[in-house]
Amino acid sequence: MEDRKVLLEVKNLKKHFIIKKDILGKAKKTVHAVDGINFKIYQGETFGLVGESGCGKSTTGRTIIGLYKNTSGEVFFDGELLSTGYEENKLRIGKLKRKLKRELKKLPEDASKNEIEEIKEKYNELLNVQKSELKEKKQTSKSLGRNQRDIQMIFQDPYASLNPRMTVSEIIAEGIRTHNLLQGPEVSERVFVLLERVGLKREHASRYPHEFSGGQRQRIGIARALAVDPKLIIADEPISALDVSIQAQVVNMLEDLQEEFGLTYLFIAHDLSMVKYISDRIGVMYLGKLMEVSESDPLYELPLHPYTQSLLSSIPLPDPDANLRSERIVLQGDVSSPINPKPGCRFAERCRFAKGECFTESPELDEILPGRFVACHHVKEINKL
Amino acid sequence: MNNENMLEIKNLETSFFTHLGEVKAVRNISYSLKKGGILGIVGESGSGKSVTLLSVMRLIEDPGKIKNGEIIFDGVDLTKISKTEIQDIRGSDISMIFQDPMTSINPVFTIQNQMVEVIRRHMLISKATAIMEAQEMSNISKKEKALKNIEDGYLRKLNRKEALERAIYYLGLVGIPEPEVRIKQYPHQFSGGMRQRVLIAMALSCEPKLLIADEPTTALDVTIQAQILDLLKKIQKELGTSIIFITHDLGVIAEVCENVIVMYGGMVMEKGTVNEIFYSPQHPYTKGLHQSIPKNISGHKKRLVPIEGSPPDLMNPPKGCPFSPRCKHAMQICIEEAAPLAKVSETQYSACWLQHQDSPDVEGFTKSGGVK
Repeated sequence: MEDRKVLLEVKNLKKHFIIKKDILGKAKKTVHAVDGINFKIYQGETFGLVGESGCGKSTTGRTIIGLYKNTSGEVFFDGELLSTGYEENKLRIGKLKRKLKRELKKLPEDASKNEIEEIKEKYNELLNVQKSELKEKKQTSKSLGRNQRDIQMIFQDPYASLNPRMTVSEIIAEGIRTHNLLQGPEVSERVFVLLERVGLKREHASRYPHEFSGGQRQRIGIARALAVDPKLIIADEPISALDVSIQAQVVNMLEDLQEEFGLTYLFIAHDLSMVKYISDRIGVMYLGKLMEVSESDPLYELPLHPYTQSLLSSIPLPDPDANLRSERIVLQGDVSSPINPKPGCRFAERCRFAKGECFTESPELDEILPGRFVACHHVKEINKL
Repeated sequence: MNNENMLEIKNLETSFFTHLGEVKAVRNISYSLKKGGILGIVGESGSGKSVTLLSVMRLIEDPGKIKNGEIIFDGVDLTKISKTEIQDIRGSDISMIFQDPMTSINPVFTIQNQMVEVIRRHMLISKATAIMEAQEMSNISKKEKALKNIEDGYLRKLNRKEALERAIYYLGLVGIPEPEVRIKQYPHQFSGGMRQRVLIAMALSCEPKLLIADEPTTALDVTIQAQILDLLKKIQKELGTSIIFITHDLGVIAEVCENVIVMYGGMVMEKGTVNEIFYSPQHPYTKGLHQSIPKNISGHKKRLVPIEGSPPDLMNPPKGCPFSPRCKHAMQICIEEAAPLAKVSETQYSACWLQHQDSPDVEGFTKSGGVK
């Protein structure tokens, strides 16, 4: 397993949104949408990201592709640094400066120059570390290639993600033209090939998006993503807006395309049974943190994290007898708010097993069994391992 | 009329007359719901499942119209009664829960305001309390008059205090913590799952005989969905309310329903008990639905078999069976004429020509003598 090539690596990725500032411009309320997650995606596999609404799964996808700038942490693609976040360093510098001011104020009026100098020096040292780090990160960030052709995205809403004023061929060819991949008549030839590949017809090329049904629009979105020969496709809930009978068509097509072009998928969804079906490995997110990362079969057979356990037990199965047999762990309460979250495990408030350190210390994502990573203080006791 | 049935729909046809032409949303539908039962209606978007129930509530607005058919609720034909009469039934005898909890509660009023309004509109005090009240009166002539009124069936409406007590009781019943405090809050102060609970409490507060739940959990997360489904099952068991459950999620149907109706293109394709629909589906559409969702949560992967094509355009629906353009087994007759619902077993009916005696044998389908 380890000899497989890592295509995408996310290291300590954070994305915070400041939603309220005080008069000095200091952040008062921050949404910790993604709060330090680590995972790897191997070449040719499908990595599923599941979680409830507001857990940060879509933000993760959007940050990886660069639609949002990461607050901190790095994204590596194919061994190369793709993006690095320096927002956090900026925030730290601001914090240190304010702290320094406060401490200087606290000093008695007759404090000697030496004392003042001492404090200033102490803080300057810390500040310099942050400043040089910031400078370095900014520099690398500037030198990073803007070429993000290798990663493409498929969006959830097939109605909102296609420009209604462009014809299908314009939509699909836009990426080809931006990257100067082909010229002249080759472009439209390529568009025709792509259209046929996703199960549409040549004559559809000159039509507008409103002339298509939801399933067909999603096919256009997929053709657009394929147009620039990507290596990784981030599919953000690609089937949740479609009817059940159409979902299977799109999922099957995604699978065929993966085989044909050797694609790697990051599949984001909340439909757990579909994620299980399509993914090789799965990451379960809760309030901006990864709770469990594992291969999909063992995850569904024996979920280790208490959150995964209750999440999987709450899926209504399309099998009346199985529903009677299986015992359900119904979670009490709602997902708590990701605005200025409390310390400790994010799931602690709703967890049946939470005690002591769960409320004070955030657990790390550790490898509990081979290939199975779980972020829980008491995972071993809970599962009697 | 069978007295066991809470609701009986006979040959219902509802259409929308748009400027582009008539959209036949519901085409000749008949079904019934037993007292105290849970009936599930599955179908894709545009299959007419919601319009059928909106017709029951008489909430079809212009340009829509109920063209034909009878809707018999507890012995009364809802299509024939006047607007004021249906308003008395709506909200008290039949209640509805909608998909989106945010848009079905008024955001500018508190929960208390909205619940008390509904309760005071529909609820009368019970006879026992009325008699008790009358007994306590000191003025003898007044007391006699009051008792006579009760005999004649005149009961007063609940006053504000009583209505508030009732509202708080139902909020507690659906699992809202601290209902006395929460009832004074506005809808935006509730989370999605809590709002859906408020809506259920509101729907239950007038003790409806029939509760219509139109995709009540579609907008919710799975863990919250599990809570709401448990709640609805509990209500059906404890209060004996009949429930119609509309959804597109087969998993939800399998979880809560006793009987299932499968709709497609404005028509009933198949009906039966939940076990029949899940373990021996007889209509190609029901079969197709089962094959297009991943079944085994654990165990190895079987490739999905999608239903090719897309749902019919209800402006120009296919002349015959609505599913015929997408059906693997479609025959000449399927394109020309829609099949009637044929009896498969005591409880299961399927609208497919494959049920006919003269049809070719296809693996997995049993023929019945129902269609001649």
